[in-house]
Amino acid sequence: MTSTVPPISAASGVDPAALERAARPNSLGRYGQFGGQYVPETLIPALAELEQAAAEAWQDPAFTDRLNHLLRTYVGRPNPLYEAERLTEHYRRPEGGPRIWLKREDLNHTGAHKINNALGQALLALRMGKKRIIAETGAGQHGVATATVCARFGLECVVYMGAEDMRRQALNVFRMRLLGATVQPVTAGTATLKDATSEAIRDWVTNVESTHYILGSVAGPHPYPMLVRDFHAVIGEETKRQCHEAFGRNPDVLVACVGGGSNAMGLFHPFVQDTDVRLVGVEAAGDGVATGRHAATITEGRVGVLHGAMSLLLQDEEGQVQEAHSISAGLDYPGVGPEHSYLKTIGRAEYGAVTDSEALDALQLLCRLEGIIPALETAHAFAWLEKLCPTLAPGTEVVLNLSGRGDKDVNTVAEKLGDKMGG
Amino acid sequence: MPFLMAGDPDLTHTRASLLALQANGADLVELGIPYSDPLADGPVIQAAASRALKARTTPAGVLEMLSSLKGELTMPVVLFTYSNPLLNRGMEAFCAAAAAAGAAGLVVPDLPLEEAEKLSAIAAAAGLDLVLLVAPTTPAERMGRIHQASRGFTYLVSVTGVTGVRTNLESRVGDLVGQLKTLGDTPIAVGFGISDPEQARQVRDWGADGAIVGSALVKVMAAAHGQQGDVAAAAGRFCAELRAGLDA
Repeated sequence: MTSTVPPISAASGVDPAALERAARPNSLGRYGQFGGQYVPETLIPALAELEQAAAEAWQDPAFTDRLNHLLRTYVGRPNPLYEAERLTEHYRRPEGGPRIWLKREDLNHTGAHKINNALGQALLALRMGKKRIIAETGAGQHGVATATVCARFGLECVVYMGAEDMRRQALNVFRMRLLGATVQPVTAGTATLKDATSEAIRDWVTNVESTHYILGSVAGPHPYPMLVRDFHAVIGEETKRQCHEAFGRNPDVLVACVGGGSNAMGLFHPFVQDTDVRLVGVEAAGDGVATGRHAATITEGRVGVLHGAMSLLLQDEEGQVQEAHSISAGLDYPGVGPEHSYLKTIGRAEYGAVTDSEALDALQLLCRLEGIIPALETAHAFAWLEKLCPTLAPGTEVVLNLSGRGDKDVNTVAEKLGDKMGG
Repeated sequence: MPFLMAGDPDLTHTRASLLALQANGADLVELGIPYSDPLADGPVIQAAASRALKARTTPAGVLEMLSSLKGELTMPVVLFTYSNPLLNRGMEAFCAAAAAAGAAGLVVPDLPLEEAEKLSAIAAAAGLDLVLLVAPTTPAERMGRIHQASRGFTYLVSVTGVTGVRTNLESRVGDLVGQLKTLGDTPIAVGFGISDPEQARQVRDWGADGAIVGSALVKVMAAAHGQQGDVAAAAGRFCAELRAGLDA
């Protein structure tokens, strides 16, 4: 049950022009070779309409004022940057150790970062006059966030979810239904996030003229990776300001979990040009990368096309997409956002992977040291601290994105830990 | 123009079915290479791809089977493949292998005009036509550019939706065929949702040069296989009915 430790890249040696490209993809929606629009022709006009609508919206104070107002009064932003004193103490060595801060996305309305993007895209859908919303969900957090904003704005909502994930995340299925959404089970393939995303895209191809697809990660065809990143960039913007208020400078290391990669991209984005800030993404190694049962796309994937974008991909030698495996439904995905593949390739960000059992250990550690139950997805980022902290100089400022709370995972964790917890 | 999924239920049946389709009046056949995540396909062709993958069908295996029909198969074969298996092999290598196996062209349903430019040139150099798709949502100006860039024929998707059998053809398809005809001389084939001789005739009467029938044929073949019947004979009978309907 070990996982690989990636080499530490020298981020300061990255070509500035390459970093500039990360800020904005080219006209074909590409970050280097990654990204693009590999979708049926039927969707191309809708993607162009979406890109145009988003560009106009960001220039329109009526849109940005409303978004910011709702982020404050409905989502509860800004959320705190919290100094995790006991976790810091836990990793302290005789000569000192890093200081660990947590960006509290778990305190957002609906309990995860996902609402930042769902809210922004719902406002865009209203601008475009689309009254029907579809979404895919893995852990259910994006589905809940989408169902929530649809209820808030009176939009019809259909959420595609793998049947296996519906079992693992029964609480979130009920929450979505309570919020008035239709949860559509997907039994194809592995009945997880990959298949739910395919089915949502098929729905969109069929109903594109009336429907907006609120894609939940920095994946999919252009402009989604950019659009979703831009709605989540508020995470990194707040973090930067809060770090300067708390200790007068940028943090040294950012850590976030990566499935599709939206919470990580939101945190990283405002720091990509600040090359003295290390960016660390943590993937799911499932049973262990060597077992083949994992979801460590950046660690193990090859270049390929899935769900409309070229990126790194878990695939077999014939180019068939492979099943991913993770205890965390939100990380159980064989693809990853194209901008992550780009940041990895140019050496700007580094990626590691931790196993299911390492994530479970980290989840319990955070519960007991800080009184916070993190989502299983987020627990992967915490687990990486075990490897990272011993390598960091005393006084290093580390910010970890606490992307979601763990209430939804309590059943899964109980199944795994039942015996060990005792009566 | 029938579509069938290579390797469903296995390549031996596919081989026999191709010959049966030719013998029963098919003008051209579209041969699907199975893929794990077929975004443009409805349940019938998704299931066919799953069966073909379960039978361990690979792109190389499909091309080998096709190659073995040289001399026997005279109708053009257009390969229908998603981007990833093609890119996985490499565009040059894939096109060279497809041409060597005797394919006449390629349809890549998740490769729109912008992404297709490079592949089109590589395919042409190998002697293959890269067929591009037009959808009902495609704006007029873009439709013209696609029709100009498409080789062999232009594939007009008849519905906003995925592949599958539909009871009624939208009347706007007729308008779209008419519109395309003003934009260039490339032949036009209509597909997605066409399942019977009447619909095929309707499409021809609208002025299209071909009608592609996929899910309905795949269903017939799967049913024959399920009843231990002769899959190729069933495919042939289905094709003969379409042919008779068109020639009537």
